[in-house]
Amino acid sequence: MSTDVKTIPQMEQIAPNGIKLPIYMDNHATTPMDPRVLEEMLPYFMEKFGNAASRNHSFGWAGEEGVETARERIAKLIGATPKEIIFTSGATESDNLAIKGVAEMYKEKGNHIITAVTEHKAVLDTCKRLEKYGYRVTYLPVQKDGLVDLEDLKRAMDDKTILVTIMFANNEIGVVQPVAEIGKLCHERGVIFHTDATQAVGKVPIDVNKMNIDLMSISAHKMYGPKGVGALYVRRKNPRVQISAIIDGGGHERGMRSGTLNVAGIVGLGKACAIATEEMAKEACHLAGLRNRLRDRIMSRLDECYINGSTEHRLPGNLNISFAYVEGESLLMGINDIAVSSGSACTSATLEPSYVLKALGAGDDLAHSSIRFGIGRFNTEAEIDYVADRVVETVSRLRELSPLYEMAKEGIDLKSVKWAAE
Amino acid sequence: MSYSDKVIDHYNNPRNVGSMDKNSSEVGTGLVGAPECGDVMKLQIKVNPQNGIIEDAKFKTFGCGSAIASSSLATEWVKGKTVDEALAIKNTEIVKELSLPPVKIHCSVLAEDAIRAAIHDWKKKQETAKPVAVAAQ
Repeated sequence: MSTDVKTIPQMEQIAPNGIKLPIYMDNHATTPMDPRVLEEMLPYFMEKFGNAASRNHSFGWAGEEGVETARERIAKLIGATPKEIIFTSGATESDNLAIKGVAEMYKEKGNHIITAVTEHKAVLDTCKRLEKYGYRVTYLPVQKDGLVDLEDLKRAMDDKTILVTIMFANNEIGVVQPVAEIGKLCHERGVIFHTDATQAVGKVPIDVNKMNIDLMSISAHKMYGPKGVGALYVRRKNPRVQISAIIDGGGHERGMRSGTLNVAGIVGLGKACAIATEEMAKEACHLAGLRNRLRDRIMSRLDECYINGSTEHRLPGNLNISFAYVEGESLLMGINDIAVSSGSACTSATLEPSYVLKALGAGDDLAHSSIRFGIGRFNTEAEIDYVADRVVETVSRLRELSPLYEMAKEGIDLKSVKWAAE
Repeated sequence: MSYSDKVIDHYNNPRNVGSMDKNSSEVGTGLVGAPECGDVMKLQIKVNPQNGIIEDAKFKTFGCGSAIASSSLATEWVKGKTVDEALAIKNTEIVKELSLPPVKIHCSVLAEDAIRAAIHDWKKKQETAKPVAVAAQ
């Protein structure tokens, strides 16, 4: 007789249809590393550990070779030349370096900077700091779809304007700004154009020359690379853009960013860019397909859901929906086997709802009710279906619990109610 | 945000969800908070006219898990109490029972406000109902 004992494997939580839980669908916050990126990085920790700035031995040369290959790969993805790539610790540093660097370098020329209200805090707070030092900053509003109005931009420019900094794609609503048009306007007027392309590099086609981009912030960990490494593209001709350093020291990166290079991280960023160059077009179709499937499976089964931001000018992997009458954090609690984000005040450190959603003019109540789905390279159709089912089920349950939903169904106009606010 | 087991339990199995006839003279309705603040609670009580005891309570809440739990707990606590006993419920007791973190204390304050608003509404109804009752005699 057989003594075959069936062993029960120690499993992760498995949903009925065989998918692993929890599901990660927050790819605007960060992405998992692509295994191919990790593989490329590994030799640079132990074998090729040399300092890329060591010019007189083979250990240094090996490090330098890794760095220069990465520089070429990044440049290729965005249509730049390798010498125009400056390595940093990430996009926040790149934004700081670009904005403060231009502000200081061109202070004789002018003191006016233009940005938009929906920028990342790395840009907004940098501009706010410069205001304390006497710079004048215009914060452009955005239209209902999240896009900057080019006429507003034109009107804001004056003879003291030295820099326009407008993000490529928004981290919350995935809206892609008319970057080429903005670049053209800037170059016509001799104004430097910086774009924070953290969410866009490797997701949508970018050509710094065709788009007249002068400075561009890049992050590795939003594109399946490692955390703690990024780059700043700095145009070298037509026109040559100069920036003052904000970190002083050994004069690395042409004096623009001192500090020993994070060789392994840079190699990872380079590989992530090489993969994107090859696969971006195909991947964008795949992500848009998944995104549209998620959208349709949710919105066909629930009433009063609103997509935040332009549906046309948008990253393929982004979906941001407000579920009226349901508060975002309670929704996240109900779908706790899925990692997504909310614009609800309760999920933010400041207890303020998302300033990006507020800027669209949708009203605070819809900002509180928003969920951001960030679909990435490793999400599957089965996961999309599971997420859609869980969202529909949880929103339905919470609406049964919502006095606002009940009032709306009774025909009460919630805007006309005099709320006894705290 | 990590939640206490009690908050999770109330969120998953909210007690006394629903609505009662807000026009009934025995029902008091409290609606507090505002949609743009991210919290709205509706709490209703049904008071026995003979003995002044809260016989039933219902709630509906738009808000985070802690807001749902606070109002769910409030309905449990007011049931079986007299109106005056219910008025003595303090938000700090809700904070303690649900182990709410400091950023969620406003949820308990709102639940206390909801209880008071419901009782206030019921009391107002009793005052306006009296003259009618006298006139009918």
